[in-house]
Amino acid sequence: MAVETPSRVTPGTSPTAAKAGTGQPWKERWGGLFFVAPFLLLFVLFMLWPIVSGLWNSFFNTSLAGVKQEFLGLQNWQDLFGDPAVWSSLKNTLVFTAMSTPPLVIIALIMALLANRKGLLGWLLRFSYFAPFVLPATVVTLIWVWIYQPGFGLVNGLLTAGGFAEIDWLNTENRAMLAVVITTVWWTVGFNFLLYLAALQGIPAQVYEAAQIDGANGRQQLFRITLPLLSRTTGLIVVLQLVASLKIFDQIYLMTNGGPNYATRPIIQYIYESGFTSYRIGYASAISYLFFAIIVIVAVAQFKLFSGRGEAE
Amino acid sequence: MTTATLPAATKSSRPVRWTFPKAASAVGAVILAVVWLVPLLWALDTSLKPEPETTRAPITWLPEAPTADAYRSVIDQGDLIRWFFNSTIVSVLVTTLTLVVSVLAAYGFSRTKFPGRKVLFGLIIAGILVPPQVLIVPLFQEMTGLGLVDTYWGMVLPQVVAPVMVFVLKKFFDGISRDYEDAARVDGASRRRIVWSVMVPMSRPILVAVSIFTFIGAWNNFLWPFIVTTDPSMMTIPVGLANVQGSYGLRYAQIMASAVLGGLPLLIVYALFQRHVVRGVGDAGIKG
Repeated sequence: MAVETPSRVTPGTSPTAAKAGTGQPWKERWGGLFFVAPFLLLFVLFMLWPIVSGLWNSFFNTSLAGVKQEFLGLQNWQDLFGDPAVWSSLKNTLVFTAMSTPPLVIIALIMALLANRKGLLGWLLRFSYFAPFVLPATVVTLIWVWIYQPGFGLVNGLLTAGGFAEIDWLNTENRAMLAVVITTVWWTVGFNFLLYLAALQGIPAQVYEAAQIDGANGRQQLFRITLPLLSRTTGLIVVLQLVASLKIFDQIYLMTNGGPNYATRPIIQYIYESGFTSYRIGYASAISYLFFAIIVIVAVAQFKLFSGRGEAE
Repeated sequence: MTTATLPAATKSSRPVRWTFPKAASAVGAVILAVVWLVPLLWALDTSLKPEPETTRAPITWLPEAPTADAYRSVIDQGDLIRWFFNSTIVSVLVTTLTLVVSVLAAYGFSRTKFPGRKVLFGLIIAGILVPPQVLIVPLFQEMTGLGLVDTYWGMVLPQVVAPVMVFVLKKFFDGISRDYEDAARVDGASRRRIVWSVMVPMSRPILVAVSIFTFIGAWNNFLWPFIVTTDPSMMTIPVGLANVQGSYGLRYAQIMASAVLGGLPLLIVYALFQRHVVRGVGDAGIKG
């Protein structure tokens, strides 16, 4: 990342710089806070405050109108553990994560290996692989609901042309999740692809030249050099992907609305429904916290796992 | 980006010989690209058909007589232009404000000292872990209290809080030598001046990348604008389009025309700025 920075930070110069600022000790001591203040204000208002008020709400029987509050203690939390809808939507979220993460990592890697080339072909490949990622969820789902359409949709059109039976993808319980996963892979694999591509382009060409001199063939170069050198990137991508997949909501809400028969409803949709359809603010907040805890555990565990494996810069 | 130039230099010295594995990987790459483009092309294809032709079984590929009727009726029905306008305002505001507050905060954490600095930075870093989705319920209550439901500010302000941006920019600033600032300071520049005329110009590439991603993210954000808007005239493109399926009924050419119109602006932005996007993911993702 040496962008026009010929010399690195030289520790000797900084103390004099700090002193050269102004003569006022007060400004010297607190002046820096002014730079941080605008962000901090927004951070407190729109992140910290909702986190705190959400926790507070989870101990009350609050409706969206928010007028009458009745203290419930841990009632919402007890309800949550006895509510099958919480567990089934949590299960759906985990199933989606388990189904979507492997293809989103593996296909991204294959794409990066294939598209790591210069010229027009490289540009076209990068464009095609990443293009879906820049589309809004609604555009993606409008297109894919149409593609999955029974009768005259593209997928079923191809299935029947090939002599197979039609599938009503989005209305069949054990097919709907697969359909959502396919759509998600198509939509978001481009981001992981770019992460892999950047890592591939960071491998110095000399490494391969040395390997060639030593007589390593293409396959050996791939498995002995490229893939091992990408392992840190893979760790990063897996963490980012797990957390992203756990946050699934948009595609499912827009494609199946959680159906058929709640078979695809993710936990965030249940939070949304508890809060905005059933108007149980306190209960929705409690489920939010459960979900938040899961995200934190996954992120921290993964971070520990791969920062212990090597130097996590 | 010192390493990026190396492969280019060595590759040009050695002409590419087409061997079987090389040809096979090129063919595979193209096939995969076609598979990835087909849904987009199918949407475009459908949008250019007259309505009756879209529901033919077995499916037909190219429209017999391409027509822009679907586009005309989608635009005539009204709200799409308004949603475009809203999306533009919201995305530009989110991008500008995010950049300004994040650059200032990153500079503050990278270059100044004040009591509690480390604790505050730690708190903000912890904010990276907070999924915006868990905040929707209390945030909506807060917006109701502030009277910001169905307003641009209601959509914009929560999206401006991007702790990851502060983190990425602070790391980048940390890598910039202090010599430049010191020189500017000797010339009498204030710290505020230094941020805008030293740090910002020196971080151009990462700021461009960060802006593009913030813009795409804001343009595409669905959940929060969906929750905080109820008035159709205040909706952004993604939120407005969510109701399209219902309101157009089963007119697939029109649905696809609206999808194409909704997706086109960002595809164009991406095609124009691909270089920055690709490099930006590398810089922010790998280094961050």
